[in-house]
Amino acid sequence: MSETRIRNFNLNFGPQHPAAHGVLRLVLEMDGEVIERADPHIGLLHRGTEKLIEHKSYLQAVPYFDRLDYVAPQNQEHAFALAVEKLLGIQPPPRGQYVRVLYAEIGRILNHILNVCSYAMDVGAMTPMLWAFEERELLMEFCERVSGARLHMAYFRPGGVTRDLPVGLIEDIHAWNERFPKVIDDLETLLTENRIFKQRTVDIGRVSPEAALDWGFSGPNLRACGFAWDLRKAQPYDVYGEMDFDVPVGKNGDCYDRYLIRMYEMRESVKIIRQCLERMPLGRVMTDDRKIAPPPRGDMKGSMEALIHHFKLYTEGYHVPAGETYTAVEAPKGEFGVYLVSDGTNRPYRCKIRAPGFAHLQALDFLSRGHMLADVVANIGSIDIVFGEIDR
Amino acid sequence: MDVALKDLGDYVATALPNEVLGVTIDRGELAFTIHRHAVIKVLKFLRDDANCQFKQLMDVCGVDYPERENRFDVVYNLLSLVHNIRARVKLATDESTPVPSASGLFSSAGWWERETWDMYGIPFSDHPDLRRILTDYGFDGYPLRKDFPLTGYVEVRYDDEQKRVVYEPVKLTQEFRNFDFLSPWEGAPRLPGDEKATKD
Repeated sequence: MSETRIRNFNLNFGPQHPAAHGVLRLVLEMDGEVIERADPHIGLLHRGTEKLIEHKSYLQAVPYFDRLDYVAPQNQEHAFALAVEKLLGIQPPPRGQYVRVLYAEIGRILNHILNVCSYAMDVGAMTPMLWAFEERELLMEFCERVSGARLHMAYFRPGGVTRDLPVGLIEDIHAWNERFPKVIDDLETLLTENRIFKQRTVDIGRVSPEAALDWGFSGPNLRACGFAWDLRKAQPYDVYGEMDFDVPVGKNGDCYDRYLIRMYEMRESVKIIRQCLERMPLGRVMTDDRKIAPPPRGDMKGSMEALIHHFKLYTEGYHVPAGETYTAVEAPKGEFGVYLVSDGTNRPYRCKIRAPGFAHLQALDFLSRGHMLADVVANIGSIDIVFGEIDR
Repeated sequence: MDVALKDLGDYVATALPNEVLGVTIDRGELAFTIHRHAVIKVLKFLRDDANCQFKQLMDVCGVDYPERENRFDVVYNLLSLVHNIRARVKLATDESTPVPSASGLFSSAGWWERETWDMYGIPFSDHPDLRRILTDYGFDGYPLRKDFPLTGYVEVRYDDEQKRVVYEPVKLTQEFRNFDFLSPWEGAPRLPGDEKATKD
């Protein structure tokens, strides 16, 4: 019998593939249908955000953060606002902090809805996407009512938030919030005990606790591996310290656990939103330091001082004292950090963005080795990647 | 909190006297400045020592200071879940001397170091796969260096005759505008006549 030469073959997956969640080009080295090596090629959405921010004033840098993880824009702004506030040594007023936490949790639900449902679609379930996107639309309407933009809000700024909630919005969010757990229940009836869904996810892409630390996992992906670690609890920022919520923790670190964690987190977010709405104090939403926050429009008609402040803020911007900080928030996808170096001028000297998805996608090779081609799709869906933040 | 951080900083500085150049605590953040060649030893100590246990490397990045002799800083951001503290490790390097790669200690360092190489051209030695990561295939230059222009050097367009995307030197339809709003009173601390005020 003659010898046959067996050779691995390479498969190019993406960059235009619906299961790649954006522009991921994945070069797969395969032995039959088993993955031997996965080499993600990223950078197809690289826009040079960090370079652009170095050429903008601190206020002008805010909208770039919306365009990183465009699924939950406000959480990125939150990290940048906190970093600048840390360097400036200021704190937003209490109402501003409550509004931020409220919208950060809305962002978390926005993200988890999209992730869970698109992930379910990747492994074969169509309906969750159709049901839950209705809710996403309602949430984006809340974003629009407060900032004027459905997605790119530019709402959280250093010093607080741009404007107060309009009349009636609190009641509407409250009504939505009380209704939403029913939608989560409905989604769970479709997925949690679904035989096909479990066949595709249970024991796929298992990550041991040691490996999760080694690969720099954070957020739901880290919690799925058994760590009760949540920056909202461990290093609370804004008013998260006053909120009462639980941190779900997984056992197995597989794709199914990562899905369950996200479902639980949505329920916890509902709890936080309810507490925010109930306890929201009255008062300012933006710091009244006129060297950082612009004066009200009305003042500018009569006060020379206010006019000068406005002019200075929107041309020169404010100066941030020299120094550096690494400030991180618990974004829906994991730890979103901003390493900000200031040289004392009106522009950041260096602004490094630590995107959670970058570290998670890096581990895809390790997650997928020895799995089948179809499991790569489940892995990509479960680690929750968005290319806006990975490519920056 | 600051006392605990100071204790930890002193502890590491005493344990590694030849490697750690300085310890700073600024705004509640602990930072070590270290020798370039000692990076593996320091990171390994910070990871494995019972009082540190910085098991997670969250970020590696570069910073460019073109006026310095060792123009780059490489910054490692570490996180300890056990003690709930963060630490930053900084070292200075130049364009030609490679920094030992931390990817043997932390798997997550692999891509962060690739990104630092891609953006700043800081070489890392013993890195298993030091390719460019974010820029285009065949890209030339290091975009985050301060002397790299914001517009870059090349632009692309689809050429209908050749039926492919072609690279061309950047053509700006209007001159690049850099809005420098730094007020001259703060931007130039010494104005003509200032010497009279200080001379006594």
